[in-house]
Amino acid sequence: MSDHNYVPSSKLGKWFNDRLPLLTLSAHLKEYPTPKNLNYWWTFGGILTFCLITQIITGIVLGMHYVAHADLAFDSVEHIMRDVNYGWLIRYVHANGASMFFLAVYIHIFRSLYYGSYKSPREVIWIIGMIIYLLMMMTAFMGYVLPWGQMSFWGATVITNLFSAIPLFGESITNWLWGGYAVDNPTLTRFFSLHYLLPFLILGLVILHIWALHVPGNNNPIGIDLKKPSKDTVPFHPYIVIKDLFALLLFLIVFAFFVFYSPNILGHSDNYIEANPLVTPAHIVPEWYLLPFYAILRSVPDKLLGVVAMFASIFILVILPWLDTSKIRSAVFRPLYKQFYWILVIDVLILGYMGAMPAEGIYLLIARVATGYYFVHFLIILPILGNKEKTLPVPMSITEPILGGSAKPEMVKKNFN
Amino acid sequence: MRKKFSYIFILFLVTVFFSQKACSEETKKLLKVDWSFKGYFGKFDRASLQRGYQVYTEVCASCHSMKYLSYRNLAEEGGPEFSEEQAKAIAANFEVTDGPNDDGEMFTRPGKLSDKFVNPYLNDKEAIAANGGAYPPDMSVLVKARSGGADYVYSVLLGYEDPPAGVKLDDGVYYNAYMYGNNIKMPNPLSDGLVEYNDGTEATEEQMAKDVVTFLAWSAEPHLEERHKIGFKVIIYLIILTFLAYFSMKRLWSRIEPKV
Amino acid sequence: MSDQKKPKRRDFLFTASYALGAVGVGAAVWPLVDQMNPDRSVKALASTEVDVSSLEPGKSITVLWRGKPVFIKRRTQEEISEARAVDLKELKHPEKDEDRAKNPEWLVMLGICTHLGCVPLGDKGEYNGWFCPCHGSHYDTSGRIRKGPAPTNMEIPKYEFVNSNTIKIG
Repeated sequence: MSDHNYVPSSKLGKWFNDRLPLLTLSAHLKEYPTPKNLNYWWTFGGILTFCLITQIITGIVLGMHYVAHADLAFDSVEHIMRDVNYGWLIRYVHANGASMFFLAVYIHIFRSLYYGSYKSPREVIWIIGMIIYLLMMMTAFMGYVLPWGQMSFWGATVITNLFSAIPLFGESITNWLWGGYAVDNPTLTRFFSLHYLLPFLILGLVILHIWALHVPGNNNPIGIDLKKPSKDTVPFHPYIVIKDLFALLLFLIVFAFFVFYSPNILGHSDNYIEANPLVTPAHIVPEWYLLPFYAILRSVPDKLLGVVAMFASIFILVILPWLDTSKIRSAVFRPLYKQFYWILVIDVLILGYMGAMPAEGIYLLIARVATGYYFVHFLIILPILGNKEKTLPVPMSITEPILGGSAKPEMVKKNFN
Repeated sequence: MRKKFSYIFILFLVTVFFSQKACSEETKKLLKVDWSFKGYFGKFDRASLQRGYQVYTEVCASCHSMKYLSYRNLAEEGGPEFSEEQAKAIAANFEVTDGPNDDGEMFTRPGKLSDKFVNPYLNDKEAIAANGGAYPPDMSVLVKARSGGADYVYSVLLGYEDPPAGVKLDDGVYYNAYMYGNNIKMPNPLSDGLVEYNDGTEATEEQMAKDVVTFLAWSAEPHLEERHKIGFKVIIYLIILTFLAYFSMKRLWSRIEPKV
Repeated sequence: MSDQKKPKRRDFLFTASYALGAVGVGAAVWPLVDQMNPDRSVKALASTEVDVSSLEPGKSITVLWRGKPVFIKRRTQEEISEARAVDLKELKHPEKDEDRAKNPEWLVMLGICTHLGCVPLGDKGEYNGWFCPCHGSHYDTSGRIRKGPAPTNMEIPKYEFVNSNTIKIG
């Protein structure tokens, strides 16, 4: 990092900075050399930070009115929706915010997959990111339980029952998770406690994620190492800040449409029925962002193996930096990988769709094929591809490939496609 | 890249479409109503809400509770907007159990604005026992609790038919074309002229269904009008700010890439 | 630098963006602040009715109104005359008893010491009224502060007699 020897101009600033170098940190963040060819897929890091902070703030506010008790939770949510000043707005922002958060994180992850951002020297950033993603799923799942509607209750029952697949200890583990012999009030109160805690862990990991990013610096659409700072980079502030803000505003417009005009479209109507341990809804579906994993779980006919497959599908992402053997980062210069990348995208979309369908007949068959392909992609295609693929020539710098013109990534791509 | 993306997207839509077709044959298509509260500027029809409240109290309330509504809600903005006096008079018509008093006994008194809607049954068990084993669901959030929403509730209210040949129904079970599974334990609640509207509207089955569903849609989402209003402002604001940010960005980046 | 050529337009664009952005942030913060204000169900409970028919002269009851204790005291003739005889000049917070108790027999006031919010004890203190055990404030039979750290008299809430037996507070 280039700005270690930053000296504040004011005397007080210097005094303070010598004791706690916050001003050095802020100067570093402002000057942080960022590749100038980052496209809009790179703005989702900032958007995700915004999402996390929004969720934490609205969540703290909702926590002021929510009552974590099996008899009162549903009532307290209705109280928020009806009586609390702007309670409906804050709850809808929080509920849809979770979906928007996942939408952004999926784009962020798939951007990383396309441009090879997980590769050396950025493996640790990627692994921290995967831990964040895992914690996000846990947080979202527990948050969905809190309104104590039918989907909350039965979702909690189904997901916690995954652990009953563990041989020998299954039952004692589920009883331990529930604090009883079924999902009940003790389960709700502990989920509330953890749902409040986990976002702060995520926040801490996000700081590590950004720290780890600032050591090697950003990857970029053509995936080459850059000299920093150089003609290829711009200071983070104001160039990247304004670009992130612009993208954030576009994102907020979509967000606002959900909050104000279709606030319940991403939820399930059954969750407006109070939890009833005696009646299971006809068709249990998790929130949309968990559907691909749900499809993988259901496509394996064995209980234990299904759970194993589901967890493996996430774990496989953690070790991805070592599964992908290619030295070239960006898919721009990997014609074959690019094809397989898009097939993977379709595969995951299909898995998501199948997760929402009943697990029978043609759906189950498609889900099985898609599950199989998911693992084949990571375990077979990627390792082989890295060795066999004929990659395209990679430019030496961002400004170099096109002489005398701008280095917009689209143009780079056109040139090499 | 863009071309490929749209190709993939179309492929995905085709998959979705075909699998959708395969599973949409079970139930009849819902009756569609052009609800006044749909759309970006949707508002409730006040007169319809007031009539809907009348249908609810005269027809539904003997079995269905609405435990999240209070009498004060009837006078609040965005709802049926009865005057405060009217709402007070409505509340006073109900006997509310209060207490315990200083002697430790429960007593009844006329309802106040702050009281919740009086429940027709003491508890769920009594409600189930009184209705042949079927729980008449609380209707406060009913519209949000059914997929299909207002259209679904409307369709069920008008969906009573003679069972098709070959379908045998148990005692106390009725055939409904739109109900999930087609069996419903509630007898057809509406018939032409069942209530007498104060404003002279003819109380046909369709009219009553429409009014009561409007009322239920409001009770499920009492802040809908406010939401639509604020939402419109927020989105206009965001669009303007997005434009400003866009031009600011172009201006800043022109230092780096003058040609862009 | 190209931005120096047209400084005016650039300034306007950035200023407008900042200003509009600040307005938006402010508008977004307001719901987060307002949600802590009393909600609609709390506001709806703003009044309460109390049956006082069984209250003997010289006795008082404490009822809960808006989450706070309200003292309702049926004063004896003696207490009334004691309260009315006080010279206003002696008072830290001069108020006539006639203004505090419209119907002299009934004193209705918030049972909260104006010092730091404790609940004073009845029939105690040097002025036969109330005494706050927290920091030693003495109130007279009209609930006026006579001695101790409290700055003002105990507050009289809005109330009315619905009929001779019922008081509506709020």
